[in-house]
Order: sequence, then structure tokens, then C-alpha cells
Amino acid sequence: MTLEQWLEDARMDAFRRKLPELAELLEGLAKSTAVLREADWNDDASGCKEGEEESK
Amino acid sequence: MADQPTIADLAPRIARGEIRSEKLTEDALAAIAKLNPQLNAFITVTADQALASARHADKEIAAGRSRGPLHGIPISLKDLIDMEGVPTTAASRLRAHHIARRDAPVTARLREAGAVLVGKTNLHEFAFGTTTEDSGWGPARNPFDATRSAGGSSSGSAIAVKTGMSIASVGTDTGGSIRIPAAACGVVGLKPEWEEISSAGVVPLSRQLDHVGPITRSVEDAALMFDVMRGKPAAATETTTLWGKRFAVLGGYFLDRLDEHVESNVLAAIERLRNAGATINEATLPHAAYVAPVYLHLVLADAAAYHATMLHERSAAYTPNVRLRLEMGRYVLAEDYVRALRGRAVLTREIELALDGVDALLLPALAIPAPPLGAAAVPVKGGQEPVRSAMLRCTQPFNLSGHPAISLPCGSTPTGLPVGLQIAGRRRGTSDLLRLARAVEAALAPPA
Repeated sequence: MTLEQWLEDARMDAFRRKLPELAELLEGLAKSTAVLREADWNDDASGCKEGEEESK
Repeated sequence: MADQPTIADLAPRIARGEIRSEKLTEDALAAIAKLNPQLNAFITVTADQALASARHADKEIAAGRSRGPLHGIPISLKDLIDMEGVPTTAASRLRAHHIARRDAPVTARLREAGAVLVGKTNLHEFAFGTTTEDSGWGPARNPFDATRSAGGSSSGSAIAVKTGMSIASVGTDTGGSIRIPAAACGVVGLKPEWEEISSAGVVPLSRQLDHVGPITRSVEDAALMFDVMRGKPAAATETTTLWGKRFAVLGGYFLDRLDEHVESNVLAAIERLRNAGATINEATLPHAAYVAPVYLHLVLADAAAYHATMLHERSAAYTPNVRLRLEMGRYVLAEDYVRALRGRAVLTREIELALDGVDALLLPALAIPAPPLGAAAVPVKGGQEPVRSAMLRCTQPFNLSGHPAISLPCGSTPTGLPVGLQIAGRRRGTSDLLRLARAVEAALAPPA
């Protein structure tokens, strides 16, 4: 799931649950998650990052 | 604020019968009665039990049956830790009617060592915050300036130790919750290595990051408490010299966004260690910028799992801000949790590398002085820094890695707010860290 899709779903769920303040917090969490997903320790099924992982 | 006697000062005098535990306990209870209405450090005061324990301790000591340095010493517990027959509220109205069925192991060990338990201290609700603004019993207030936070989450413990409401206390630390209030209140806070002190009978925030440890008036007292809390006989810490000791200052992320007075005090303290014969090098954690997101994803999801049922059934019983933060954790995806677990391993390896060839790491404990209650952000170097991230940035790494770390006072701002220096040591080296910290404390002491 892309982060954008996750945030849209999460925000809609927060409003559905009548927690509008939570929607703002979720935007902050999304920024933090974006940083986490960009970290160079993350590999993927393409195998393109395996060399980087071994060199760490 | 006048210096208060330490356990190490009092223990020999108690053992010789020069001071009675009952008198010490009465003094602590009088301090609570006088100061707690303003500072809000205690949720429950166990006055009758404490006085009975103190009288019993006096009888044992008079009969020649001393149990060691903690015998007869008034001690408080963060209200996250079970004490038989007393509520463990976790500062939440959700648990107002809870009664602990038995002592947590750490409580039982303190009792066995003869400590007198005077009560349960205030905290950020469920230990989920650094300011103690969100407590079901109201905010705890800084003893140096009651308009400011005393840090958190173990704020009541640090206030109690600083002001004479107890001589030492037991706190917990998931992202800095012992070291942050210790720095904000001008006392010593030790986060031992992970699980070196049992966290059984302690309400969890994140079981993989939670640590139990002492808050005290000196490093020597921290060592005495640490021994008892881990089930060993309390023994005096050997002193050591700083001559030839090797430190690495953790730079970059940890020094870039410091309040100017915190920075000047910490750098001056490091210079004093150099002048005392220590070698000071520099080190960095290449992935330091990821500490906060890694920590956030782990602690949010762990806390949400523990609170899921109560969030569903009794959400209105939480304070609003803590409830929202717990709700946020329910949206963390499993895949991001796994990314955070991998990041934790990377950061742990980098801390190990930073410790390679040195005795300990040096950095501030708290990047800002105690913030005003209610502040969302504070000014740092011409910009605005969110309070929560500013308070956690220097302490979180050692919760992720499990390395032992201690905060001790190293000066104050021009307005008199304390500043804390943090020393982080090797795994399986908490006693070595305490010996080193005692030498640092001596080097930083004002000239007699």
C-alpha cells in the first residue's frame, strides 16, 4: 500500500470514528513513516538492494 | 535548593543508631504534606505503612540485625510499579480502583533490603509522554519553577528525590523516562541494561523498550539501589580516576539542535573531564536521523496492542492526548513495524561501533531545559522545536539498543534550571558505567 493511500484510508477512518483530532496526528505519523521507508536498510523483492545490505 | 543527604551519608548513621528511620520517614511525610499540594509528585501516600515499616526497621537495627544500606531509608515508587495492597494507577483514571495483589519483584527486593516505601509517584499517564501534563491526577510541576514541566514520565519520582519527599525512587524508562526527569530536576537517573532489573509487575508501555531503574541524589546511591533492585547485596561502588579513561562525544544529530545553555554547560563539563585526564574523541551514528521514526513505530504499535481492549471499551477514561496517541498506534502497518525492527538492529550495531575503543559515550541527557507546561514547541537556535522530539532525541537510542545510560547534573541555565550530562556504557557493563559516572560526578562537583 502506498503511503498516500494509507493516509487517505486512515484519515477517513478517523473521521468515521468521530476523531477528527486523530487525523492531524496521522499526518505526522505519515511523515515519520515516509522517513522510515526511505532508510537504506530496507530491501525489496527486486533484489536490487541486496548488495547494499551486504555492505552495511 | 539545599543539598539533601544521600543514602551513602545516612546509612552508616542509621546503622550506628545516630538517626532513626522513623524520624527520616516523618521528615519525608512532612515534606510531602508541605510540597505535594503545589508540585503534585505523589498519587498515593502510604504514610501508616511507612511509619510502621520505619519503626520495625529501627527495632531490627537496634537489635543488631541491619539489612544493609537501604535499611530504614524512605523510598518512593513510580505509580506504574506494583506494591501489594495499593493501587497501581499508571496515572490513569482507568485504573483508579486497581489494587496490586502482590509486590513487583523490584518492590519485594527493596522491602527485603529494609527500604521504607512512602508512596507512589505521579507520571505521564501510562508513561506515554515526557512532560506529565497528561496525568489523571493533574500535572507534576518542576521544583525549580512550578510553571514548568518536571520532565517525564517518571517526574514525580525525580521531584520527590530533589525535594526530600523521599531519599530515592524507582522509575521506568522506555524512551528516556528516568533520564529526562532526572535532568530536568537536577538529580541522577540510571537506565540499566534492558531487563537487568525485572520489569515484571510493572505496567508496560513497550515491553521490548521498557527499563526499570533508580532515581537518586548521587551516583553512589544509584549504585546501591541498582544492586538491590537486581537482587544483589548492596555494595559501595569503588572509586576510579578519569586519568586515561576514553570517552567519545556523540556528535551530529545529538548536538545540532541543543538549547544554547544546555550546549554550553555540556561542552564545559566535557572540557572538565578532559582537564581531569580523560581522552575525549568524537563519534557519530550514521543512521541517527532514523532514531525517532524507528522508536515511534515500535512504541506506538506496542502500546496500542496493550491498550486495544480498553480503547474499545473505556476510551473516555484516558486523558484526551494519551488516548489519541494510543489510537494513532492502531494505524501502524505491520510492514512498517518490521522496517522499524530492522532499523533498531542497524542503530544497535552503530552504537556498538561507537563504543569500540572507548569506555563510554557522552552526550546531553535533555536537549532543552525543562519546558513550560502547555508548550507544544520551544525556541532552539532561532527555530521552533516540538517539545516531545526535543526531549526524547538524546535518550531514545539507548532504549532501542538496550545499552546502560545514566544522567547526572552538570550545571544550570542562567535562570537556574538544571542541565544533565548523559553517559552511555557497554552492555554487561552497568557497574563499570557507575564507577565511571562516579568519577565524572566528582570531576564536575563545585570546588569545596
